Amino acid sequence: MSTCAVDVRDLFYAYPDGTEALKGISFRIEHGAAVALVGGNGAGKSTLLLHLNGCLPVQRGEVRIGDVPLTRETVTLAQRAVGMVFQDPDDQLFMPTVAEDVAFGPLNAGLSPEQVEARVAAALERVGMAPVRERPPYRLSAGEKRAVAIATVLAMAPDILVMDEPSSYLDPRARRRLIELLRSFEHTRIIATHDLELVVEVCSRVIVLDTGRVVADGPTGQILDDEMLMLAHGLERPHILRHRHPH
Amino acid sequence: MGIANWIEIGRMDELGRMDTPAHRLDARAKAVVTLAFVVIVMSFPRHAVSALTPFLLYPVVLIAVGQIPARHILKKILVAAPFALVIGIFNPFMDRVPVATLGPLVITGGWVSFVSIMFRFVLTVGAALALVACTGLYRLGAGLEQLGVPRVFVMQLLFLYRYLFVVADQGVKMMRGVELRSAGAHALRWRVYGSLIGQLLLRSLDRAERVHGAMLARGFDGKIRVLRQPSFRWTDWGFVGGGLLFLAAARAWNLAEAFGRVLTGMAR
Repeated sequence: MSTCAVDVRDLFYAYPDGTEALKGISFRIEHGAAVALVGGNGAGKSTLLLHLNGCLPVQRGEVRIGDVPLTRETVTLAQRAVGMVFQDPDDQLFMPTVAEDVAFGPLNAGLSPEQVEARVAAALERVGMAPVRERPPYRLSAGEKRAVAIATVLAMAPDILVMDEPSSYLDPRARRRLIELLRSFEHTRIIATHDLELVVEVCSRVIVLDTGRVVADGPTGQILDDEMLMLAHGLERPHILRHRHPH
Repeated sequence: MGIANWIEIGRMDELGRMDTPAHRLDARAKAVVTLAFVVIVMSFPRHAVSALTPFLLYPVVLIAVGQIPARHILKKILVAAPFALVIGIFNPFMDRVPVATLGPLVITGGWVSFVSIMFRFVLTVGAALALVACTGLYRLGAGLEQLGVPRVFVMQLLFLYRYLFVVADQGVKMMRGVELRSAGAHALRWRVYGSLIGQLLLRSLDRAERVHGAMLARGFDGKIRVLRQPSFRWTDWGFVGGGLLFLAAARAWNLAEAFGRVLTGMAR
């Protein structure tokens, strides 16, 4: 499909209060890649993510989803191609039951009831949440909420998955399940996170942001193993890489 | 979790998902009858008490057929009671015309109208709660929209309901933060409360924006869609017809008095 690559060129963004969150960001992500966006607090990760499906308007520069530049007119297209998993599942799960929440997107897309039901069942099955389908979302554990939030996005059959801090609030077991799930996806994945160990396991490429700029972009092993680079941008070299070296 | 836990907000959803004859009725049918119920109860003259008693039948039947635990409904009525109390409490002082004597006790018009207000409050709020418990707010919202209530209001209602829980939780967390740092001092200064409430408002607005973003990201265009479109069956027509007939009869005649007359007649 043509809508699978993400191309960001010279993107600038300033919030209404004057804070310059993005100061000229450029990168291209090819179809099927798993890419991590890392950087300290306030580096501009979340602001960048909000651009990818049109939650924030492009002020200067360009965002292309596949061959289509993101504008006010093409926002719907981008929303269909890009599935966004928000940091706080409570922001994403607003319907009375899990099944209805997962059905929300497909229903809005105008699918028939049978198609919607098939999508809901498949998405919940994929994340292992079929047993909780009739429960209200706010009664679920953090790990279950996260899985259901991912299911709501999968049900829209996006080509690109964008996630903001997917492993936050999760206990080790739920985090492990999440990692396995993320590894199993064939979608283009863009993951903003501080969880560098997760990055090592899931992503092949890392983009480091600092104060609104791309300061490094390359293969995961190479970037995260660069202790000087990591420390300079409020990060640290993950343990998992330290122990990989032969002693 | 304080008040949010005590009134068990989430419990209403569980009740609304049960499957009883009362739940199977179409949301529109129940909404129409309940609305008529509220309007008719409110239309009685201000000293009416005995004529209102037959109206208890409607919420009681709904609760019984819907197998809703009455305690749960009563608890919620209690939470709202202070509002009705404030409205009615001045009547006994304003209206001191005696209307009846009970032995040495003189009952004034003010007291009668006060009792009438409280009784109407219990009836209307009880019926509304029974309606929500037997329908579930989401289905009720969809029903209201089909009845022609503007979508904006329906959405407002549904989101107010969904996020009350989350916002209350946020409030509780903030209060805990304050308590932990107020070193056992119980009386908080008003200024602190002011800034707390302001904070809560700002946080809620932020959340509202994020939720809206999440909805748009999933193709929301302002219309709520439900999987199963409800169909209006003959039982629903029966419920509406029977309900309205009962309400009209109870408004036209004082059924309690008539019933009393029948009873005393039989005794004679």
